[in-house]
Amino acid sequence: MPQLAPISRSKTVTALLVAPAGLFFFFLLVLPLIVVVIYSFGARADAGGYAPAFTLDNYANLPARGQAFFNTLTLAPLGTLLTALFAYPLAYFLAVKASPKSRTLLLVLVIVPFWTSQLLRYYAWIMILGSKGIPSWLAYLGISDLRIINTPWAVLIGAVYGFLPLMVLPIYVSLEKLDKRLLEASADLGANSWRSFLQVTLPLSLPGVATGSMLVFILLMGEYILPQLLGGGKVFFIGNALVDLFLQSRNWPFGAAVSTALVAIMFVTIVIYMRFVLSRGDVRRAALV
Amino acid sequence: MSMRLYAVFIYIFLYAPIALIAFFSFNAGRYAMDWQGFSLDWYGKAFTNPIITKALVTSLIIAGCTSVIATTVGTLCALGLERMRGSLRQLFDALIYIAIMVPGVVIGISTLIAFVTVFDAVNPALEAIGMARLQMGLWTVIAAHVLFNLAVVVLIIRARLAGMDRSLVEASEDLYATPFATFRQVVLPALMPSILAGLLLSFTFSFEDFIIAFFVAGPNTTLPIYVFSSIRRGVTPEINAIGTTVLLTSLALLVLAQFLLRPSAKAR
Repeated sequence: MPQLAPISRSKTVTALLVAPAGLFFFFLLVLPLIVVVIYSFGARADAGGYAPAFTLDNYANLPARGQAFFNTLTLAPLGTLLTALFAYPLAYFLAVKASPKSRTLLLVLVIVPFWTSQLLRYYAWIMILGSKGIPSWLAYLGISDLRIINTPWAVLIGAVYGFLPLMVLPIYVSLEKLDKRLLEASADLGANSWRSFLQVTLPLSLPGVATGSMLVFILLMGEYILPQLLGGGKVFFIGNALVDLFLQSRNWPFGAAVSTALVAIMFVTIVIYMRFVLSRGDVRRAALV
Repeated sequence: MSMRLYAVFIYIFLYAPIALIAFFSFNAGRYAMDWQGFSLDWYGKAFTNPIITKALVTSLIIAGCTSVIATTVGTLCALGLERMRGSLRQLFDALIYIAIMVPGVVIGISTLIAFVTVFDAVNPALEAIGMARLQMGLWTVIAAHVLFNLAVVVLIIRARLAGMDRSLVEASEDLYATPFATFRQVVLPALMPSILAGLLLSFTFSFEDFIIAFFVAGPNTTLPIYVFSSIRRGVTPEINAIGTTVLLTSLALLVLAQFLLRPSAKAR
């Protein structure tokens, strides 16, 4: 990146430009996160809230919320995987098969659902998956007693539904950049279309899949609304445990320990994932373009 | 051909729930999935319900303030970071990614704890000198929303700055424009599309956010908080009417923006 000319590089101006953001980050991110870590070593005050102490009890107590950790750590990766599986063919269709004229419109149509309240869209799924929805239609076909709502399946359907657009866009971008001559070359060398896809298209589009998966995984790990509405309190995530600990049972130190554990798990997973992605030279080159 | 069929299936999957919400906003009856005939009553009821209109106004104020502050602070920060090198810059980069990575629920909790701690420390002193106590309000929600959106805006503006044609800035400086004149006449116009994107995105995120506001809104009710609580209580089609109106309004604005931006695109 070329440097700006020296004339405009006053240190004071630079400091003034970043100072407001710095203040926001310091007072609303760094300091609060430090306070959360400090709280996680504290004790619960009798009336709820926090009492100063230094104890590891809150961390020792984490297995008490083991089910929430288990649900989050299984359903978030599974939801990410399913979203990628459903998004890929659509992104492929948009980037490769759709006519250039309709492509823009079709892309916009992928994003428009984001303009409706997320809460309302999940509410619609409560109706669709609820007893008056799909299960009642299936009952006509003789499949009775099928319960979808408030099961892990409902949460997974909601995850695919809610995050599909976020996955389609990065995959679309990586497929669109793909040099079509590579496919011709592959065909000329006698590969059939399925083999060309596996050996040329798919590897070259992996950076898009990696970006999209990262995005969806981060959002799913911290979900509260989705398990609350479609899991109906039976399939709960760490986010639901946190709301309960802070707003209902008011055990702030334990909640702080759960928060710290959640952020630590996310951080470690993301670092490992980045290492893995970055260790693949082809993916790295394309991802950083 | 089968790909096309798959695409159709996915679009149905994406739009069926939205169609369902819109459809039942015209329901004469009050129960979900129980069609009683066509009626526009719920639209009238929704927009004369003082709790709903107040929640809507609250959400619009919060999203409006958040988007303006986050975009201003974020744009300045991106411009400043571009002039920085070394460890301080790396620190900012790390903070930006942390702000994006940390889940909303944890941001809500940590800002709640921070606010409560500050209030507990400051309020006795404020009372002693006869001033009003600090408490949760719209400003606490705006502050927490700005934090999150700020990071997003920095990333958007920075992507644009990285792709900007440097020769224009150099030309402007060679012609003895002051740094501010260069900024106003060269850099700012080039950044405009990204600044607008930042405004739009942070407005949307803020308007849609439930979880952060749930923690730090105090006694205030935003629209998502109202919608959430009514889903748990049992919804009336009022909610569907509001949702449909919000969707149609944003679509209308989107089309309008396309229409307004087109002539300038042609001129270029």
